[in-house]
Amino acid sequence: MRTENRRPIPNPLAALVLLLFAVFFVLPVIWLVLAATKTDDQLVHGNPLSFGSWQALRANWDALTGYQSGAILVWLRNSAVYAFLALAITLCVAIPAGYALAVTEFRGRRTLLVATLVVMLMPNATLVVPLFLEVNAVHLIGSMWSIILPYSFYPFGVYLAYIYFGAALPRELLDAAELDGCSAFAAFRHIALPLAAPVVALVGFFSFVANWTNYFLPYVLLPGSDQVPVQVGLGTLLDNVPQFNPTAGELAVQRPEVALATLLAITPVLLVFLFSQRFLVAGLLAGATKD
Amino acid sequence: MTTAASRPRRSRSAPGFVAGYVILLAAFGVVPTVYAIYYAFTDSGGAFAGLSNFAVAAADFRFLPSIGHVALYLVCWLAALVVFVVGLALLLHRLGARGVGRALRLLYYLPGALAGAASVLVWLFVLDPAVSPVGFLLRAVGYQTFGQVIAPGNLPVLFAMIAFWTGAGGWIVVMYGALNTISPEVLEAARIDGAGAWQTARRIQIPLLRKWIVYMVILAFAGGTQLFVEPQLLSQASVGVAGRDYSPNQLSYDFAFQNDDVNTAAAISVELLVVGLVVAAVFVVRSGFFDAD
Repeated sequence: MRTENRRPIPNPLAALVLLLFAVFFVLPVIWLVLAATKTDDQLVHGNPLSFGSWQALRANWDALTGYQSGAILVWLRNSAVYAFLALAITLCVAIPAGYALAVTEFRGRRTLLVATLVVMLMPNATLVVPLFLEVNAVHLIGSMWSIILPYSFYPFGVYLAYIYFGAALPRELLDAAELDGCSAFAAFRHIALPLAAPVVALVGFFSFVANWTNYFLPYVLLPGSDQVPVQVGLGTLLDNVPQFNPTAGELAVQRPEVALATLLAITPVLLVFLFSQRFLVAGLLAGATKD
Repeated sequence: MTTAASRPRRSRSAPGFVAGYVILLAAFGVVPTVYAIYYAFTDSGGAFAGLSNFAVAAADFRFLPSIGHVALYLVCWLAALVVFVVGLALLLHRLGARGVGRALRLLYYLPGALAGAASVLVWLFVLDPAVSPVGFLLRAVGYQTFGQVIAPGNLPVLFAMIAFWTGAGGWIVVMYGALNTISPEVLEAARIDGAGAWQTARRIQIPLLRKWIVYMVILAFAGGTQLFVEPQLLSQASVGVAGRDYSPNQLSYDFAFQNDDVNTAAAISVELLVVGLVVAAVFVVRSGFFDAD
């Protein structure tokens, strides 16, 4: 029986705390959206939470896309190429691996499982400088694959698939398929995959967000400014804002342009968030994890 | 929980399913680790160098301060995470699954979309009294300029705040999900027995959350030791108030790319790697969280 209508009403202090944190989390985002519609002068002298003007937004857009003749668009395209190619490889690799770990027994299975857990818990920044040394040794510095392939290595995705297939796949179904002479691949293709939509979405979501927002790895591995993703590009723009860097030369970038660039950089992830909010805020991640 | 009894027999096709993943694991997990260790224990000519690279790193005047910075940052961040994430999850849980509760969970989660460089840029603005939406607050506590706000003594708190801003929402959702696994009957029974919200939280909910809290602290700790993008961008934006060598990861990067000393860089990487590995391994083995079989 649902008892939601019997929930106690929170006391005023609790409501205040929740509200203050809502302001803390949301205010900077609102400010960012509004900042992109202002001139630098309005940014300093106007009400911080006022709307500027469509003309100013337009002017900021023109100035931003004029920066190094459209560098921001190149960075965004780079981010998209890296994140989506890595996402595709991750799904092709992680889903079958998680499936095999969950439903079959093979030599080295336990070692692979433990290695996956350990690597998954290690922050991905740990291996950035060593990765540079490795990539440098095989002369792949500057190749986009030096970013995409490390992105595609996503142990957390394997772990999610492992948990999912372990819990959600009826064994009787696989046993029956085997009795019917179904090959292992056919069983995966016709039984496991059709059931895998939720975990594909979950792995895809986390992989895309992690790769899109990664800064350290491309910062180290991609020397060419026309190759960097938008995260690194934002740092380049920041370098050319006179208020933050007085030595910024004639390439000077105004603060509202940086705000607009930041907004463009986060839009894909924000969209993914809003589309995924059903499962995100329901706490499904917790439910998907064994306990 | 074990489901091993029903696991199908040995499979000869399993290698085909895991091959791609094993290759990636080897290429981007194992090989870089081996590489880092190799470089850390050799000199620039490739000869065995014992611990001398570690000694060079440890003797560098920036090394100990960088560890101190990260330690302070971790204290601030972990304290904020534990207190506020658990507190907010408990409050949100009382609001229920729909309506205001759901909206607030989404709002708290939203800054996660700005993880990485975007969050630092936004906070550079928010912390600059000249353009900040909370400039009145900054001035009220005595900060007139951006330079005053980002004084070195404030940095651990500021970095913790940025990390909390982007990362807390995800953990709140996880804790909220974990709270939902507590059966309503248990909470109802506690209520009938006269337990208030505080007592229920302290005696029933928080003990049941404990393993999730430990999990969060471990991951946050390991991630926090890797601090890089925040101080890196801040050092660009502050003309050196936060140095280019605020954290060990920055120092490692500087050794590799400014000093052309990959051996010392690798030594610092190995130290960070060991911290990450030990933390992860101890957690996997001891927590029982991942009772895989």
